[in-house]
Amino acid sequence: MIMRDKTVRARAGRPTPSRTRSRRRRYLVGLGFVLPAAVYIVVFFGYPLVYNLAMSFQDYTPRSFYTGEAPFVGLDNYRKIVSSPIFQPAVLHTIVFTVGSIVFQFGIGLGLALYFNRRFPLSNLLRAMLLLPWLLPLIVSSAIWRWMFDKDFGVINYFIRLLPGVDAGAPWLTNGKWALAAVVIANIWIGIPFNMVILYGGLQGIAETIYEAAKLDGASAWQRFRYMTWPLLKPVTLVVLMLGLVYTIKVFDVIMGLTGGGPANQTQTLTTWSYQYSFSLFQFGPGAAVSSLLVLIAAIVALFYLRSLRRSSDGS
Amino acid sequence: MNISTPRLRTNSGGKKWRTNLQLGAGLVAVSFLAASCSGGPTGSSGSTESGAGAAKPASSITSIDYFTDATSSAAFQRVLSTCATKTGIKINRQSLPLKELLPKVLQGASSGTMPNLAFVDNVNVQQLAQTGALTPISNYGFDLSGFAPGIVAATTLNGKNYGVSPAINTLALFYNKDMFAAAGLKPPTTWDELKTDAAALKTPNRYGLALSAPASEEGTWQFLPFFWSNGGDLTNLTSPKSVEALSFITSLVKGGSMSQSVVNWAQADVADQFIAGNTAMMINGPWNISKIDKSGKVKYGIVPIPVPKAGATLTVPLGGEVGVIPVSGGSTQAAAAKVLKCMTDNDQMLQWATGNTRIAPRDTTAKQEIVKLPVLAPFAETVRTSRARTTGLGVKYPVISQALWTAIQSALTGTETPEAALQTAQKTVGSSAK
Repeated sequence: MIMRDKTVRARAGRPTPSRTRSRRRRYLVGLGFVLPAAVYIVVFFGYPLVYNLAMSFQDYTPRSFYTGEAPFVGLDNYRKIVSSPIFQPAVLHTIVFTVGSIVFQFGIGLGLALYFNRRFPLSNLLRAMLLLPWLLPLIVSSAIWRWMFDKDFGVINYFIRLLPGVDAGAPWLTNGKWALAAVVIANIWIGIPFNMVILYGGLQGIAETIYEAAKLDGASAWQRFRYMTWPLLKPVTLVVLMLGLVYTIKVFDVIMGLTGGGPANQTQTLTTWSYQYSFSLFQFGPGAAVSSLLVLIAAIVALFYLRSLRRSSDGS
Repeated sequence: MNISTPRLRTNSGGKKWRTNLQLGAGLVAVSFLAASCSGGPTGSSGSTESGAGAAKPASSITSIDYFTDATSSAAFQRVLSTCATKTGIKINRQSLPLKELLPKVLQGASSGTMPNLAFVDNVNVQQLAQTGALTPISNYGFDLSGFAPGIVAATTLNGKNYGVSPAINTLALFYNKDMFAAAGLKPPTTWDELKTDAAALKTPNRYGLALSAPASEEGTWQFLPFFWSNGGDLTNLTSPKSVEALSFITSLVKGGSMSQSVVNWAQADVADQFIAGNTAMMINGPWNISKIDKSGKVKYGIVPIPVPKAGATLTVPLGGEVGVIPVSGGSTQAAAAKVLKCMTDNDQMLQWATGNTRIAPRDTTAKQEIVKLPVLAPFAETVRTSRARTTGLGVKYPVISQALWTAIQSALTGTETPEAALQTAQKTVGSSAK
């Protein structure tokens, strides 16, 4: 109240000293609010990022931890990872994993969001239950998927064998291509709730009255989706896809739990590869180089995201 | 190698990707500290190493280990408590999954907050000793006479010994007695017998043999008994003997006696398959014994792993944890040594090895142990001549091991022939060394 009083007085053209003082105070208060967040970001995000980047240019061995000596080796670590026979497959797997996951997560998530957007008995309960995959620790879900995917004793192949004319199950997890499909499927299942919840929120924000108007004008269900829901949902869609991309590119637990990057590197992505460098081989330099690549990719995606956000807010 | 629930451990360490960052974040604090006390641990190491014997033991120490499953953890706690009482030294214990242990210790190394006593996997001892963060145990007057040569080799770097093991282990062949009796078979002793028995024991609902070949150290570890016994050499993965060993394992999968899913089974999974009766035989370690006993489902016997030909020498890999004493200052090092001495004396070694179904590294203690637990006899017999994986390789081992487990997976899944897979592996080792 006092503040507002002051502003009112200030606007009324009162003496200047108090105005500058209050402005300075407001500036300081504002700074006080921003500072903790800024310090937090610098210490807990900035420093590790910079440190990781520095490490990627160093010959960092277990010995370096103790002695603090890690000679700079320029681009050697990057050269090493790019010339590694695992580099291309790992990049390819990362792309397949990310695109495959997002397309289906988003598609199924959108379908479910549209479905639950029409109110029906028990819809809230059902929607809540669909959140379960999200609530389960990734460790637990990947362990369960690993059992389900077992070639001989897994429940998925059990059902496949029940199909008429099929007497052998699929070599989930023991054949490279199937294993990649298996980790993607598990990750889709985990990612659906996130997509559904955000998209559902977006749908709720669209006024029902315009649909009623469209109905009166004789728009079909498809037309209503294509020309109303889809464009109106676009800002939310962008958010979901961008976040999905960043989340999916860095997925580690699911792959590690299901295949450990195997069989024979055939589900190795950049994250699992980085982990292997650092914690199986104790070559922290190349490990950091791989994760720097990941950070770079995520940063590029984030830039696109910010640009598209600005564009859409300019447009409105 | 003490990986009783490895898959779970992998999992519980789930946020590994983040660990990398956390490691980085930890280093933030660390570098500030290091700046203020200018290389604290390193600076003092010279004096502490020489004067350790004379220093008065501290009244409490910190200890770290990787015994996280309930049975092992309780057994280890009993030994720690006994030694705390005996020595009058308070022990602050921390347990971490195996995969998180080394990063944690390294993190401590850079911040000068290493535990005073650490129990690490024997494959990591040379790696750790090479950092300069460990003190040689000759400082404390340990007596390693009668210890299995493998474990002494695993803990030795440049002629100095850096750790004392309270328990070791290795692999053997578990077989289902009922299934063997029904088929009228005796446990196999050679590869030929193993192959024919595995084929004979196979039914539509079960396999003849199971072993563990996942994309981790376990895969290499489980393959080594075949590789080494056939004359394979880790520095030359493409030798005909190496190819022959991998071809043998691959032929078991191709012939249908062994599931291809072994490329996804950790050792704990293999034990579960054996308990469920899904396989008539398995390669596994002694830590599974209590689990199989508890299930009460399987009547089993244990024999040494079959050798390539009758009369050939069996060479199994050595597993087990090692107590090491990081550089931390005279009084805490002396206290840690006192505790480790208590833990590796005859009584405590016996208590821990029997409580955890591992083998006592000291000859005389192992003999008493077998009297108590005869089921361990095949392990006790073969572990005496077991070979440490890091022998002659030291810090180069991880690269070779990773290349080898990848080759095993490649061959078992039919992605490459055993020969081609091992050639790829040797190439990987070559390029990784650069």
